[in-house]
Amino acid sequence: MSLPMGRAMREVFGETVAQLADDDPRIVMLDGDLGSSTKADIFEHAHRDRFLQMGIAEQNMIGVAAGLATMGLIPFISTFVSFAVVRPLDQVRVLIAQTGLNVKLTAGYAGLFTGMAGKTHQIVDDISIMRAMPGMVTVSPADDVEAAQVIRWAAGYDGPVYVRIVRDATQRLFDDAYAFRVGAAVEVRRGGDLTLIGTGAQTPRLVDAADLLAADGIDAAVLHLPTLKPLDAAAIVAAADRTGRLVSVEEHTVIGGLGGAVAEVLAEQRPTPLRRIGLQDTYTVSAPNDVLLDLYGLSAAKVADQVRAMQWADS
Amino acid sequence: MTTARGVGTTDSPVIAQLSEMARRIRVEIIRTVNHAQVGHIGGPLSAADILAALYFRVLRIRPDEPDWPDRDRFILSKGHSSLVQYAAMALRGYLPVDELRTFDSLGSRLQGHPDMRLLPGIDMSTGSLGMGLSAGLGMALGARFAQRDVRTFVLLGDGECQEGQVWEAAFVAARYGVDNLIAIVDHNKLQQYGWPGETSDVRLPPEEPGELVAKWRAFGWRVLETDGHDMAAVVASLEAAVDRTTRPTVVVAHTVKGRGVSFMEGDYRWHSKPIKPEEFAAAMGELGEAGA
Repeated sequence: MSLPMGRAMREVFGETVAQLADDDPRIVMLDGDLGSSTKADIFEHAHRDRFLQMGIAEQNMIGVAAGLATMGLIPFISTFVSFAVVRPLDQVRVLIAQTGLNVKLTAGYAGLFTGMAGKTHQIVDDISIMRAMPGMVTVSPADDVEAAQVIRWAAGYDGPVYVRIVRDATQRLFDDAYAFRVGAAVEVRRGGDLTLIGTGAQTPRLVDAADLLAADGIDAAVLHLPTLKPLDAAAIVAAADRTGRLVSVEEHTVIGGLGGAVAEVLAEQRPTPLRRIGLQDTYTVSAPNDVLLDLYGLSAAKVADQVRAMQWADS
Repeated sequence: MTTARGVGTTDSPVIAQLSEMARRIRVEIIRTVNHAQVGHIGGPLSAADILAALYFRVLRIRPDEPDWPDRDRFILSKGHSSLVQYAAMALRGYLPVDELRTFDSLGSRLQGHPDMRLLPGIDMSTGSLGMGLSAGLGMALGARFAQRDVRTFVLLGDGECQEGQVWEAAFVAARYGVDNLIAIVDHNKLQQYGWPGETSDVRLPPEEPGELVAKWRAFGWRVLETDGHDMAAVVASLEAAVDRTTRPTVVVAHTVKGRGVSFMEGDYRWHSKPIKPEEFAAAMGELGEAGA
C-alpha cells in the first residue's frame, strides 16, 4: 500500500508566502524570472507591490535581498536550486550567511525532478554545500504539509534559512495534526531490525519501502530528518541504539549530504553500521521521474531490493 | 568635471576643513599599515578625499547612534580598502582613533574587510568584490518600501567593475528607477596586478578615457564625473548626485592610486605591502606629520 499523493510543494510555497504577507507587511518576494515555474507568481498576483522581479541575474538578487533585510524587510528569494545555491554561492556566503541577515532562500526544483531538465538543473549536492556553510539553517521538507509549516516557521525565524522545495507533487506523509519543529527528527514508523533514514521527498518512499520489507519479515523503522542543520543527533543515536543498523536514503549525493551527516554523528557518538543510498559520485541524466528513481535506486522497490541484499558485518 | 556649487571654492573654510580631514585620514591609513605591517594602501589613499566628503559633509549620520534607522547608508564595496573607512569613522567619532592600531589583530572589530556584525556603523559586510551595489540597491528599495528618506551610497573600485554582478545591479537599478541610490567609482586606473609594461604584456589594458562613463550611461544611469582629489569638486558632485532624478546616479571620480605620498602614487606595487621605516618617515613628512 503506497502513500497517497499530495500537492506540489511549489504551489504550497507560493500560497503560503502570499498568506503570510497578508498579515506581515515586511514580507517581500524576489524572483529570478522563474515565478511561473517556482510558483512565486501566486505571491505576485496577491501582492504585486511587494514582488520584485530581479531578472536573470541571481548574484544581484542575493545582494538585493541582503540589503532589503537590513531595512527590516523579510525577503523570500525564489528561483531554482541551481541558481539560488550553486551559481551565487559566494554571494550567499558573504552577504547572507556571514552577515546572519534575515533572508529566506526558498529554492525550488530540488533533487532529480526538474521537468527532465538534465544535470545542469538537477542539483544533487545542495545539502552538502548548505549545511557546511556556517549559520545557514538547512531544511528539506517531505511533503506539501510539512513544506507549508517550514515556510511559516522560516518567516518567523530571524536569520538565514535555506528551504529545499520540490517541483512535482510528492507523496503525502503528514496530516494536518503534524507540527514541524526545526532541528527535530520525526519517527515516522517504528521497527526493530534497522532504521531507514530519509529527508525531503525521499522519506515517503521509505515508508513504502518499509511496507515492502515487512512482507519479507524485515521490520524497518523510518526516521525523517527535515532539518539537516541543526541536525537531530540525539534521534540518530537513539535509532542506532534501537535498531543497530541504519540506512540513509537521499535524492542527493551520498557525499556530505544526509548520509554524510548521519555518518558524522555515528562515527563520533555511537559507532554503528550504516549504509548510504543515494547518488554515488555521479552526474544525472534527463528521463521521466519514475525512470530516474529506479535508475538511481531511490524508488521504494529499489530501496527495498538494496536493503534485502545488504551484508552487515555484525550478522 | 563638475564645478563646485554651494560650498564655495577650494579656498572656502568648509573645503579647507574637509581637505584637512582627508589629510588626516591618509595619515591614519599610513600609520595603521606601518603598525600592522599589513593592509592595503594604494586604494585607501585614492579614496580618502571621497570618504572625507562623505563622512564629514554628505552623509546624514549619527556617530553616537550608528543604527539610527533614518541614517544614510554607506557601503564600501571595495572592501579591501577598509582602512580608509575605519580611519574616516574613527575621526568622525565612531571609534577611538587608537583602536585603528588593532587592525587585523585577534579580537579586533577592524577586520581585514568590513564586518557589519563587529563594528557598528558598517552598513554591509563586504570583501568579495562586486557585491556592494546589489546590497545598496536592496537598501534603496527597502527605503522605498518603508517610505523613508534614506539615501544609499556605494563606493566601488574601477577594477571591481570587472565583476559581472556590478552590471547585474546596474541593470536592475535602472529598470526600477531607484533615485536614492548613488554609486561612486574610485577610478584610480590601477589594480593589484598593474598594467602592461612592467614585466609582462598579458595584463588587462587600462580603460580608455571615458570608457567607464560610457558603460554606466549605456546601463541607464545618470553619470557625473569629478576630479576625485579636488575637494570642492568632489563635494559638489556628491551633492548633485542626491538630487532626485528618477534614475540612479553614479559619480565617476578620477583618482590616483596612492594619492598623497609621491613614491606610492600611480605605482600598482603599493596596492598592498608593508612599509619600511624610512618609507614611513618619508610618507609622514609628505603628509605634514613629520616626526609623528
